[in-house]
Amino acid sequence: MSLSLSPQEQAIAAGQDGAGMAMRIVAESARLLGAPRLIPIASAHIDGALYHGDSGTLFAERLVEGSAKVAVRSTLNVGALDLMGCSRIRLAEPRRGMARRMMEAYRKLGCEQSWTCAPYQAGHRPALGSDVAWGESNAVVFCNSVLGARTNRYGDFLDIACAITGRAPDYGLHRPDNRRARLVFDVSDLSPSFLASEVAWPVLGSLYGREVGNAIGVVRGVGSHPGEDALKAFGAAAASSGAVGLFHIAGVTPEAPDVETILTGPEPEAVIRVTPQMAAKARAGLSTAAAAKTIDAVAIGSPHLSPAEFGSLERLIAGRRLAVPIYACTGRHALALLEQEGRRSRLEASGVVIVADTCVVVTPIMPDLGNGVLMTNSGKFAHYAPGNTGYAVLYASLADCVESAVLGKPVFSDIAA
Amino acid sequence: MSAATEILVPGKPGEGEALVLSAPISFWGGVDPGTGRIADVRHPQHGEVISGRVLFLPGTIGSSSASAVLMELVHNGRAPAALVLHEPDAILLLGLIVAREMGWETPVAVRLDRGEFDAYRGEALTVAADGAITVAA
Repeated sequence: MSLSLSPQEQAIAAGQDGAGMAMRIVAESARLLGAPRLIPIASAHIDGALYHGDSGTLFAERLVEGSAKVAVRSTLNVGALDLMGCSRIRLAEPRRGMARRMMEAYRKLGCEQSWTCAPYQAGHRPALGSDVAWGESNAVVFCNSVLGARTNRYGDFLDIACAITGRAPDYGLHRPDNRRARLVFDVSDLSPSFLASEVAWPVLGSLYGREVGNAIGVVRGVGSHPGEDALKAFGAAAASSGAVGLFHIAGVTPEAPDVETILTGPEPEAVIRVTPQMAAKARAGLSTAAAAKTIDAVAIGSPHLSPAEFGSLERLIAGRRLAVPIYACTGRHALALLEQEGRRSRLEASGVVIVADTCVVVTPIMPDLGNGVLMTNSGKFAHYAPGNTGYAVLYASLADCVESAVLGKPVFSDIAA
Repeated sequence: MSAATEILVPGKPGEGEALVLSAPISFWGGVDPGTGRIADVRHPQHGEVISGRVLFLPGTIGSSSASAVLMELVHNGRAPAALVLHEPDAILLLGLIVAREMGWETPVAVRLDRGEFDAYRGEALTVAADGAITVAA
């Protein structure tokens, strides 16, 4: 099956401008993927503006020189700099300058200055069943699973090329038949109190990602909707430990009113029955520094903190002074609300370091300690912090993270799975 | 000895020593974009340099930023001499497609069944513009 482009697409691809370059990139990707055609998209979320090297900056600037503009609503994922000036980024020149030029080029292409990995909590929520081209693993999995919009995992370069052309290869999760579940991930054996706790979702997400890999599964045994921030944490952890682009939770996510409806056939190919022991092991596996006596910092906000999560943070700190900093990563959507009523300055007076537009695992923010210990409630930070920051990680609930930051040493209050 | 292959992304013919990876690799975090060195300590070929080699890839894993790392290698003059893939990887190869659009010289990428990889281990190879792989006499 070979790719067929419409006469209009062919005409655009023949151009020497930025739009022509973008169309050729989308078409070449479609050819490699075996897609028969391109389909229109309703929106894009661009992960390509995070600096990995000069070539990415030069690519974005070439598109700007070619007068390219995004054809659909396009939000931006994090960059390598905190343009709001909340936190100090230790990225040195000339990389710092190239990272800034890259962020500027994406702005000129017409992308919204959202600079967040949680665009879905910053007002970018494509409709159920619509085709979109989103990048960044947690954004992709939330978009597919919780919003029910359809996207593949769009990587660097292809995300912006899709946004400029307004098209994507007709392939993978854009096709309804490819969105059905083959596996059941059954959590009915876990205690209701564990399932109602905050730690359940990053822990189960991490386990889910490892168990299912890139297959599509449906979670069975979740009694009531756990809330959007819990689904955000589950998806981010699952997309870190496995190549998960879409999950379903029976009775919770929009494409799975029940298990039977979303399965590919009458019976699942496999059922993963999650035992309390499996959940306990997955929880322990999120920590790499189990015997730490002290901690050097707490990091939260991967994915970026929502206004509701900032509310929880404020209630737990309750005006106390922290012994070690809590790095709280978020986007401008939440920052704007924090600026009201002096909430940001009260948090900062306690010792919270607010990080906007970026986060602590993608750019150097936390001091280089060599053998530092970081506590986090994020399954995604737990996965990436050891490799990207050199800090060993302790995983805990937000409440335990706050108590530990107040004391400067780890405190755990266990909830049995 | 020579084998015909399927061209995945056309590019400059390559000449170099074969580097046959024995495990899939994640370019992002797995290959240093500045030096071409395999940086993933868990990878069996950790420490080898892919630059200038005919690189045989049994598979790729991991991040969707693999394309950015491959393009950065091309831009830094540290790309492999040619890439031989068991199956097309649209994310990785996008790095070559975009580099070509930028007007940078890119290595040819071809498809060959990984069952045939072992025959080339350690050999000096040429990969022609038509995709033919030949062991240097």
